[in-house]
Amino acid sequence: MSEFVTYLVTGIALGSSFALIGSGFVVVHRVTCVVNFAQGSLAVLGAMLSASLLAGRLPHVVGEAVTVVVCGVVGVLVGVIAIGRRGTPPLISLIVTLGVSMVFSAAIIWLWGQDPVSPPGLDGFATILGAEVERQRLLVLVVTLVAFAALSLFFSRTYVGKALTASASNPFAARLVGIDVRRMGLVAFGLSGILGGMAGVLIAPSNALSFYSDLPMALGGFAAAVFGGLVSPLRTLVGGLGLGVAGQLTAGYLNGSYQTEVALLLMIVIMIARSRSFAHEEAK
Amino acid sequence: MLKVERMSKHFGGVYANRDVSLEVAEGELRGVIGPNGAGKSTLFNLIAGHLRPDAGSISLAGAHIDRLPPHVRARRGVAIVFQGARLFAGMSLLQNVMVGAHARSRAGLVSAAFRPPAQRREEREIRTQAEQCLDRVGLLELADRPAEGLPLGQQRRLQVARALAGRPRLLLLDEPASGLRAAERTQLADLIRELNGAGTTILLVEHDVGMVTSLAHRITVLDLGTVIADGTPAEVTSDPAVVKAYLGTGADHAAHH
Repeated sequence: MSEFVTYLVTGIALGSSFALIGSGFVVVHRVTCVVNFAQGSLAVLGAMLSASLLAGRLPHVVGEAVTVVVCGVVGVLVGVIAIGRRGTPPLISLIVTLGVSMVFSAAIIWLWGQDPVSPPGLDGFATILGAEVERQRLLVLVVTLVAFAALSLFFSRTYVGKALTASASNPFAARLVGIDVRRMGLVAFGLSGILGGMAGVLIAPSNALSFYSDLPMALGGFAAAVFGGLVSPLRTLVGGLGLGVAGQLTAGYLNGSYQTEVALLLMIVIMIARSRSFAHEEAK
Repeated sequence: MLKVERMSKHFGGVYANRDVSLEVAEGELRGVIGPNGAGKSTLFNLIAGHLRPDAGSISLAGAHIDRLPPHVRARRGVAIVFQGARLFAGMSLLQNVMVGAHARSRAGLVSAAFRPPAQRREEREIRTQAEQCLDRVGLLELADRPAEGLPLGQQRRLQVARALAGRPRLLLLDEPASGLRAAERTQLADLIRELNGAGTTILLVEHDVGMVTSLAHRITVLDLGTVIADGTPAEVTSDPAVVKAYLGTGADHAAHH
């Protein structure tokens, strides 16, 4: 039982980071139709940067906050490279983001080396149903839930959020009422940077990340986003948590090296199962 | 208010607009008519900013706007109603109109995020203003319905309400009557007359000659990309060049069938 609870909590923590990364995919895809594959790299950047800042004696919370803000700015820069040129087709932008993520890997090796990095997080353990679980893993879930609530308020209550929704719903009409749709795309990339950075900052204290973690993180996030049809943040959250738990149970009871394969397999199954509704959405 | 000077646009070797000039005075209701392929849509898209002219200029209240992207023209006061459905699906009628009003508000990212009292007051003002716009087009009782699935006539009027919410200096209407039933056309014509009566400058590009002659103060007639006549409805409809242009296409039309 305690073994199962440990796997469950570990899975929920990892799944939360997938959900954060996945909602970054969703935000960018809704507004720009681009799948931003640099998302995973931003999580890695978040882990590395927070480790360096915290080691440089920045206090907790401040170090993490600065990291997330920097990731947001880097996210905007990725957006400028990917969609900055007017009229770039989404598929070309997707390839650009893949290229950017490779440059990121090189930059991360150059700045931080090849070894996995794990910044300090919340110390100590909590006991749930007789199982000892790291408090950091619970923090990941709590912060993720708060982030999703804030995101939902941002979209429904603020002008920028509404302009983003309008741009996603009908870019042509958005331009007609004076919304700069390209700038909204950059805002979406900035948000995805913040979300990716948060994922890295939160998960790295319990799951060390290295330069090659970008692909597994991006795949996990993308699978979660696909579960949400690349449009629904809420279903992305559910998809991310489900994926994280499934991966950890596989790792715990079968073999730890199957985690990425589980993510891929689930993604394929979801895509086949949902292909009809995808076709329906395309037709609209 | 709006001044188009010697504007040309060609696609390959074909001129869609050639040396087109027209001037719309403040408070005027100007009609633009012409047979199929006359260049009406090109002219419309050039003014809206979806096409760039190859030559000539467009100015709004004395300032050149021909190099500005569409969303900046919208903010400068050019409001557009296209004939296609250009609504925000997934939002209510009121939300659709509020987006139109928001784009004119000067609220920044940060202030909007924290919602201080001034921001909340502005939000309320925008809401009230959006409701007034819906009322003007006769859709207030449907304010909370979703925008998708509206009949075509109501979709057009919703677009007009959204355009009005931006407090436009110039309202551009792109074939607003196309696809509408007779009753809807009459309603729309009444609405256009009413808006103009309340002081809105309107440029009406329309295939339905009867509707334009009954509404417009002055009419510009295009044929094969050039202006062939410009004057009051009575002057234009009795102009031999206009009669020839319409009869000419009519004869072609008959010959094809």
